Amino acid sequence: MNTHAMPATAFEANAAAGCFHCDLPLRGASRFKVFVDGAEREMCCAGCAAIAETIVAGGLADYYRHRSAPGKRPEDSMPQWMRDLESFDLEAVQQSFVQRSDAGACRAELLLEGVNCPACMWLVEQRLKRLSGVSEVSVNYAAQRVRIGWADTQVRLSSILRTVADVGLRAHPFDAAHRTALRQKDQRRRLFELALAALGMMQVMMYAVPVYLSDAGDIAPEFEQLMRWASLLLTLPVVLVSARSFYSGAWRDLAHHRVGMDVPIALAIASAFGASVWATVAGRGEVYFDSLTMFVFLLLGARYLEAESHTRAVVAIERLSHPLPATATCVPRYPDSKQTRMVASAALVPGDTVLVGSGSAIPADGTIMEGTSEVNEALLSGEARPVPKRAGDAVVGGTLNAGSPLFVRISRVGADTVLAHIVRLADRALGEKPRFAQMADRIAGCFSLAVLILAAITALAWLSAGGELWFRNAISVLVVTCPCALALATPAALAAATGHLSGIGLLATRGHVLETFARVTDVVFDKTGTLTQNEMRVARIAPLGNLREEAILVLAAELELGSGHPVARALTAAARNPPGVLAVCATRLTHSAGEGIEGEVDGERLRIGTAAFVGALVDTPLPQSAFSEHSHSQVLLGRSGEWLARIDLDEALRPDAREALDALRAAGARIHVLSGDVPAAVHAIARELGVSEAANVLARATPQRKLEYVEALQRKGCVVAMVGDGINDAPVLAKAALSIAMGGGTDLARANADMVLLSGRLKALAEGLGVARTTRRVIGQNIAWAIGYNAIAVPLAMMGWISPWAAALGMSASSLIVVGNAARLQRGGT
Amino acid sequence: MEALFLLIPLSVVVVLALVVVLWWAVAAGQFDDFEGPAHQILMDDDTPEQPEQLPQRSKDV
Repeated sequence: MNTHAMPATAFEANAAAGCFHCDLPLRGASRFKVFVDGAEREMCCAGCAAIAETIVAGGLADYYRHRSAPGKRPEDSMPQWMRDLESFDLEAVQQSFVQRSDAGACRAELLLEGVNCPACMWLVEQRLKRLSGVSEVSVNYAAQRVRIGWADTQVRLSSILRTVADVGLRAHPFDAAHRTALRQKDQRRRLFELALAALGMMQVMMYAVPVYLSDAGDIAPEFEQLMRWASLLLTLPVVLVSARSFYSGAWRDLAHHRVGMDVPIALAIASAFGASVWATVAGRGEVYFDSLTMFVFLLLGARYLEAESHTRAVVAIERLSHPLPATATCVPRYPDSKQTRMVASAALVPGDTVLVGSGSAIPADGTIMEGTSEVNEALLSGEARPVPKRAGDAVVGGTLNAGSPLFVRISRVGADTVLAHIVRLADRALGEKPRFAQMADRIAGCFSLAVLILAAITALAWLSAGGELWFRNAISVLVVTCPCALALATPAALAAATGHLSGIGLLATRGHVLETFARVTDVVFDKTGTLTQNEMRVARIAPLGNLREEAILVLAAELELGSGHPVARALTAAARNPPGVLAVCATRLTHSAGEGIEGEVDGERLRIGTAAFVGALVDTPLPQSAFSEHSHSQVLLGRSGEWLARIDLDEALRPDAREALDALRAAGARIHVLSGDVPAAVHAIARELGVSEAANVLARATPQRKLEYVEALQRKGCVVAMVGDGINDAPVLAKAALSIAMGGGTDLARANADMVLLSGRLKALAEGLGVARTTRRVIGQNIAWAIGYNAIAVPLAMMGWISPWAAALGMSASSLIVVGNAARLQRGGT
Repeated sequence: MEALFLLIPLSVVVVLALVVVLWWAVAAGQFDDFEGPAHQILMDDDTPEQPEQLPQRSKDV
């Protein structure tokens, strides 16, 4: 007795200084108090208090009298990784992945491990939303990521991570390298499970086929029994290892009082296996080993395909965040010295100058200081042909320098770069769940519940009818139903289509894009910067003297040949097509910036440029016919004493504009052209593009009138897609059901559109419309298939006309069909 | 027919051995990349590494 009393007093003495349960020192007065052994005891934390309460409530308070060492803290019984969660509260750890605003609001991207189905993500979303202090939760099924925003003062990151852990998933801060490693681990696991099921299935089939093919009594009972045992042995790893994900999925659903599509599957596997084992041991009754292994194999096959198509879609987007090189060659004292030094790309700051070698990636956004090269911007545009760049041009981080080395002054780094914006926009799109997917999720849940009820009804009905087949038929019902069209194939179709769109340079930034795009009836284009590019083009040559047009063009081109001005490029390009005689460059050339060029051709002095500049040489008043309202841009050509010509210029159409509009028209979309330009110019462009209806062309349009135009269309019930340059057209873009911004440049961050046409190729729009419509069609086909298949198969199975193996085959074939159908979207399909 | 008493258990053992081989192959990364190796064999990487060239118009001070 004495020995027991001693430690008790020893610990009681400590209680003033430390936690009564675990003996850790207390920091000040504790909030956690538990009444133990006739006195109030202070505890260091809620965990200790909970344990102490449990101990007392269980009538085990004697524990505190008899123990010889302080109790275990609750953390001790936690797995190591859960204890590590606390370390995520440290500011130093958070620095690398948490974005903070001034008001204590934090945002971070978390990667989820252990996700099998959209339901898990949904669960995480629901649980996190209920945490107080969490302001934003956005899950991304395709990338298995969740973006959360929370107030640091109200909730700690570790409790957020713990909430995720409670659901049965593990959350990590997002980090690309870790992500790749996880994906590989996951891929290997899936492959092994699939191959294991395949091996099991083949061999079990070997044992089953002789029994099926022989007449009753042909095979000696001892051999049949031996083959059953062999089948049992080979089915065991399939059921225990390959089918794991079904059990965990079912368990997760049940633990949260929901019925998902894994529940009937897990129930079917477990009960069929149990019944078969019992039959084998007892030596009578039916065995279902062959059906079982086939069921698991084919089901895993469908999921493998689905996962692969997801992975490809995510990689297509993630590819964007990879190309930044880890190190950069910094030139610290450029231009005084070209000594180089290797630094980490992450350590670059705006203003640094780096040397980008041939064939390497540009580490951040910047401007070329020195060097001429070609840069491969496939990353942005999907266009593999390198774009020529020279000093003064802007380059985007992540693009590849395909030519000679360049010195680049860094202007933006890290989260400010174009690349980072693209990745964020793409992530946002994947994070928003479209209505298609939400609906599919809900239906799949109800469907699974209905399956369980139908299976129970089947079993009861056959049992009450006195049939011996009740178990077989109930299993058939469980196995034959196929919710895959909804739960697996819809997200797979959406992810595959999004991946395809980003592959053709059409970046979706919102979740509803595919849905809306498929419904679009009218496509409204802004002319400037959208249908046209920032290149000039010769529209008309109006002779003022007695020279013919060809001669005028040749003269003008010869004067402008050496200049890099857009007007000069337009003139020389026009003179070469059809090939004129551009024999010599004019001599004695003088350039007057902003005015024009003077030079001598065949000993005659000529001027080309503004009316005032040329007029100074001509010295006669400009004839009335030289004034034109046709175009906003014109140059004049003249020589001493005579005006020669007026040359009208307009913007060049994008080379694929006509083709793209034709394709859109062929797809049944009405085309509209809006512009702030003068009517003559706009109508000329519209005619060239095949927009014949004058009502569909609006010239001299202010932003207000453009807005009214789109509103009028929408009142008529049209679904309008507005294509603009993203910045000037922002109000109109915001009004349209679907806004598409031209995003070839670096103004991407300011463009707040639903979609960004990164490549600047209008043809991608027509292809995108096709993809969106195909996606809608594929999802519709899958749902129709699921309804039709189940409507036929379930009654048949309930009637007992489908044996378990046929049910397994039918269900798995159905899964493969819908998943395969969805995977077509990846490559484009039809 | 008695041979079946040996052959059937033997077939089980063979399949289990295959499972072990499969597990090794997957864990060793044999299936990680289905496309790369086909191209790798065609890619020559035996050209000597070229020293990095600086721009032609470098104006050292």
